Order: sequence, then C-alpha cells, then structure tokens
Amino acid sequence: MSKTILTVDDSASIRQMVKFTLSEAGYAVIEAVDGQDALGKLAHPVHLVITDLNMPNLDGIGLIRSVRANPACKGIPILMLTTESQESRKVEGKAAGATGWIVKPFTKQQMLAVVKRLIG
Amino acid sequence: MMDRFQQAFQEEARELLAELEAALLEMDQNPDAETVGRAFRALHTIKGSGAMFGFDQLAGFAHELETAFDRLRNGQLAVSSPLINLTLAAADQMKSMLEEAVGGTAADPERGRQILVELQRLMGSDGGTGSQTAAVSAPLRSGAEGPPRVWHVRFRPGPEVILHGTNPLLLLGELRELGNIQVKPDLSALPPLAELDPERCYTAWDVVLETGAAEDAIRDVFIFVQDECELQIEAVAGRDGPQPKAVPASRAAAGAASSIRVSAEKVDRLVNLVGELVNVQARLSEISARRDDPEVRAISEQVDRLTAELRENSMSIRMLPLRTTFERFRRLVRDLGVELHKQADLALEGADTELDKTVIDQLNDPLVHLIRNSMDHGIETPEARRAAGKPPVATIRLSACYSGAQVLIRVSDDGRGLDAHAIRARAIERGLIDPAATLSEPDLFSLILAPGFSTAAQVTDVSGRGVGMDVVRRNVEALRGSIDIASKAGEGLSVTLRLPLTLAIIDGLLVRVGPTHFVLPLATSLECVELTRQDIQAAHGHRLASVRGETIPYIRLSEYFEMAVSPPERERIMVVEAEDGHYGLVVDEVLGNHQTVIKNLGRLYRDVPMISGATILGNGTVALILDPHRLVENAIQTAARKQSAFHSFTQKDRNPCYVQ
Repeated sequence: MSKTILTVDDSASIRQMVKFTLSEAGYAVIEAVDGQDALGKLAHPVHLVITDLNMPNLDGIGLIRSVRANPACKGIPILMLTTESQESRKVEGKAAGATGWIVKPFTKQQMLAVVKRLIG
Repeated sequence: MMDRFQQAFQEEARELLAELEAALLEMDQNPDAETVGRAFRALHTIKGSGAMFGFDQLAGFAHELETAFDRLRNGQLAVSSPLINLTLAAADQMKSMLEEAVGGTAADPERGRQILVELQRLMGSDGGTGSQTAAVSAPLRSGAEGPPRVWHVRFRPGPEVILHGTNPLLLLGELRELGNIQVKPDLSALPPLAELDPERCYTAWDVVLETGAAEDAIRDVFIFVQDECELQIEAVAGRDGPQPKAVPASRAAAGAASSIRVSAEKVDRLVNLVGELVNVQARLSEISARRDDPEVRAISEQVDRLTAELRENSMSIRMLPLRTTFERFRRLVRDLGVELHKQADLALEGADTELDKTVIDQLNDPLVHLIRNSMDHGIETPEARRAAGKPPVATIRLSACYSGAQVLIRVSDDGRGLDAHAIRARAIERGLIDPAATLSEPDLFSLILAPGFSTAAQVTDVSGRGVGMDVVRRNVEALRGSIDIASKAGEGLSVTLRLPLTLAIIDGLLVRVGPTHFVLPLATSLECVELTRQDIQAAHGHRLASVRGETIPYIRLSEYFEMAVSPPERERIMVVEAEDGHYGLVVDEVLGNHQTVIKNLGRLYRDVPMISGATILGNGTVALILDPHRLVENAIQTAARKQSAFHSFTQKDRNPCYVQ
C-alpha cells in the first residue's frame, strides 16, 4: 500500500509541485490549503505531513502544535517548508514538534531524499 | 524547468500581487496586524514559490520587501504612507518581472534598484542587507565522494524522537546507502519491561561505516535530530575494512579439518567441568527466574544456551562408534570355533552406533562372556545342527541400536536356546526358588544371571563355571544398564544389554509431585497432556487416559511412591515410551527442560531399579532420575501381584521387542 502524504500550502503552485513529485515517486498525496483545512483532512490515516509555515487561518506552527496534541496522530512525521530567512521560525517549528524541514527552493531530488528519510 | 509549474506559479503570483495590492490599500485605512500579515504572506509566497520555479529575480526582489514587512509585522517598523506607496510601486515592478519572464516587455532594472534603495532608506540604516541573499539553499548532500574511509558513528536518539515523527531505523537505512555498514544496537539504557514506555526510544546504535562520503554527508543524515540526540562521528584510523579479523579465521580453516589425539583423562576432566558448569548454570537460572531483572535473565539465558552447546560438544568428543569393539569379536568367534569344533559367523548390525567411550570400555568383558557362552553352550556342533535341520554354520548376531536415551546391544545366536526345565530344576536344587513357585519365562531366564549359576553338564575351558553371566550382570549394572534375556528352546538365545547413552549428563524433563522433584529422560518423554477430574471419572476407576485416540494406562507417581500428597485439580500426564508401548506418568506439574548431571546414588540405593540416579537442582535440592522403562515394568509386576490396583496393566498385551 502506498503511503499517504498530506501537503499543506496556501500556494497552489507549491502544492501542485509537491503533489506531482511525490505522486511520481509512488506516494498518495492529499492537499490542504491551510492549517485549518489540514486538521480536517487528518481524519484519514496520513503517514507524513508537509506543511508551509506562513498560511492564513491556521499557520504551520499552529498546525504542528495541533497535530502533536492529537493522540490519534501520535508520531506522524511533519516536514516544514521554510525559507533561508526563517531561521527563527524553523527553531519555533522544531520546538512545536516538527520532525524536519526543507528549505525553499528545493529540487525534486532533495525533497524525495528527505521524505524517504522520514517514511522510507 | 517544468513549464506547467511555471505557468501555475504565474497565475498564482498574479493573484498574490492582487492580494498584496488589496492588503496595502486596506492597510492605508486600517493598519492592523491582520492586514500586515496578509501582505507579508503574499510576499513570502511569491518569494518562496518564485525561487522554486526559476523566477530568481522576482524572488530576490520579493525577499527584500518581505524583510521589511517582517519588521512591520514584529512592530519594529511603523506603517507609513511612503512605505505603502513604495510597496505598491514594487508590486507593479514585480508584475513587470513576471511578464518579462514569459517573454513580455522587460522590466526596468533601474526602477527596481531605485525601489530597493528607497526601501532601504525607509527601513533605516540597520535594514536589509541589500544583497540578494534569498533563494539560495545549501544542497542537502554536501559530501563529495572521496577515497573510502572507515567511520565510527555513535547515535543515541533522544527519548522523544519517535513522538516527533522520526524513525531512527530509517536514518540507519540511509547510512547504509552511503557504504558498507555494521550496526550494533546498545540496549544498556533499556528499562525493565514494567517501566518501559513503548513510545520512547531507549536504544543507541554503534555504527561502523565504510564510505567515500565526507563527514558532512554522514552528519547530514542526522540533521533533523541533531538537537535531540547524542551523535559522535569519528574517523577510524587507517583504511581498514570493518572486519579485519576475517582474515585469520579463513586462514585457520585451511589448516584444520584433521583430527588430534587427546588423552582420555583430559576429555574426562573436560566433561567433569562441564558437569559442574551445568550445575552452576542451573542455580543461575533458578535465581534469575526468581529475580525479575531482564539484564540478569538475558545473561542467564545466554549462559544456558552456551552450556547446552558446550555440553553437547564435550559429550560428542567422548562418543565413539561401536565398530572397533565389534570387529574385535570376529577373531574371537573364529578362534573359539576352531577350539570347540564348531562353525559360526559373526554378523554385525548397527556398528556405527555411537556410545560414550567410558561405556564402550566397560562393555568389552560382558560381550566376550556372552559370545563365549553362545559359542560354548548355545551353538551346536555342525552335525547336530544338520540333524536339527539348521544350516551347519551358525550365526551370532551382534547388534546395536538407539532406543531413546539408551543403546540396546544384543547378542543373539541360532543355537539350542535355554532349557527352561533345566534352569528351573537347577534353581530349585540351589535353593534359588521355591519348588512351588510359578515363574514367567523372562523371570526364569533371569535366574541364569545369579552368581555361580550354570546348567552346563560339564565345565569346559571356555565357559560353564557359572561365573560368566554374573560378571555380565555386574558390569552392566555398573554402567547403570540392565539385561533382558529371551530364548526359545531349539531356536536360539538373545541377550539384550540396555545401556545409557552417556554416564555423565542427559537432557531431562523436570517434573514435580507434591514437594518432590523428579527428572525424566527427555529422550523417552513423548508428550504432556492434562488429566482433569472429569477424565478420571470418565475412566470409571481404571487408570486409563485417552490421548489422541490412544488409550494409555497411567501410573500416578504419588501413589506409586506412596507419597502422602493430595493431587491438584489438574494433573499432568507425561507420556513416556517404554519398551512395549506408551505409558503415562502422572505428576502435579511439568517444570521444563533440565540439563541433568547424573550423580550416583551410592551403594545403598544402587539396586533400586526404577531410579537411574540423582541430580542436583539449581536450589541445591536433589531430584531423582527415573527410568521410565523400569518403572513401568515394576508397576506391571506389582499390579500382577496385587491383581487389583493396576488392573489395566494386566490387560495390556505384553509384546517385548526381544521376542522376535
């Protein structure tokens, strides 16, 4: 069974790119437009969450905190998409319980390598 | 790059710029955090996504604006009309850049520079860097391939890593992709089971990695967990592979495969030491079972395994095939034939059967006696044989086979056999039996083992003095063996020596009856079934149990040994293999395997047939080792005498294997 990844980003183009890359590598991908949307979609079993940090309604940090507070989602790896300028946000995300991060911009290979590191 | 993604980004960027404009216009009226946040997010996404899809110039420009808005957001900068105006101009500039990227009119680079300079001024001297720092990300793999080196990596993840979504095994898997790897888990931090939290990680790993990748590449694997783990990466000196020890091992293999001669004393000493070790190990097992300490138990289990292996190995050193001993008797049969003017062939069977050297050494004399007896008394002269319709050349068969933990060695001939009447007459004459007694054939035949008993009409040089069978009996009993005799007048005699495979240590099954422990040889134990009160009632007073459709008579050990204990609700039947079928021995509890070092019981108890020895248990108490074959036999005899309690036994047809 292919593993399911939830990509959370308010940028449609990033979502599209993530979805394309991961689908090509054999993962099933669910999209969410922001943290609030993502929480609703976590009702389904998800093996990995890839989330942007800056989003309306519920941002990435808030999403990470909510996921970690939910016993049903215990131990789900969470990757955050950051930019080089967001070092402090990265630390904040890590403290909230993020598993890892990818710095934008990244290549397909870089993303796949990180995803593989987290869910095999 | 990917055209469809660029196109998607352009559409998105246009929407984002529209969103930025709307946010800016609203900010002019109502400069609250919400609107500043909207503008910031728009710029942030343009920057991040732009860099992803190759709009580097746009991304860089957006980065400078984002920096300014980040300060606005954090309250380090106040919203002002000039800033809003400048940002609106910047949004227009970004629109131009977007068009330019898809072949539209070129954006004015001078205008862009002006906007950035103006932004700089508005933000104050300590503002943005002015340089295009955005959109550069360090590659994930920085390690260039070099010559292979050996690294020692020690990785102890923090206890929370699993909860934070990291699977340490995947990290080790990633290391494996870098080169040759040997991983050793370190479980020393593992708490007792009762205190173990399955969601926490207690394991550390020591990894020896041979790779051409640089240290950075190794470190990079752990980048997500580096803050919450203990990580040491050290280069091991030299360029040795992970297994430098492999060489001497293969070299040794080339020279081995031959044999060495070792004195028997050394082997005996080894076996004695192993026996002591087994005893100590039993104590260790006992203590570790009592203390609920997983560390001690792990060691104890390992010692248990090693001891069992060591024991088996040391025992196998002492095991020798019977062939050498058997072959020696060919000469004896031939020489005796010449002397007694008889013709006989010696047929060997199962000469490859292995037996403890100590047993073999003491077997020589009894076998010589038995063969002499056969040649002298059993086998007739060629003339007499012809007259009896037998081939003139007689056959003495010497055979050996395994039977559970015992070896059966049988000397049989096709001579005249034992004369039951003569034996009876002689026994009465010597006062061994009461003239009125009725004896079964096996009982009658066993009389020839009595000291000084001989039915021979005349004493020859070879035998007939009546010492032979007595010597056989004493030798065999010294080996904890027993003798069965079967004969049919005119057809021959068969003497079976039943010997233990080894004299030192056996695999036993520890059982309990009341407070007393017994050991049953594992080799004769077949299975263990329950005996409930209902089963007992269903048998209507007979000591019979149905095991897999087979009706099995059983002996309750507590009754047999007349122990004053009350049986538990559920008893256990150990099904054992006796010579003529399966029997059950009822015990209170079956405790499990026990490596049993056999100790002699001493002179006083040596003649108790159903006890083959004793062993010392882990807690220092003594357990008797039962001989199931003798026990069943004895129980049957007792039953035959009583004709009551063990009624079921008498109904079972006896079919001894030595009557063939």
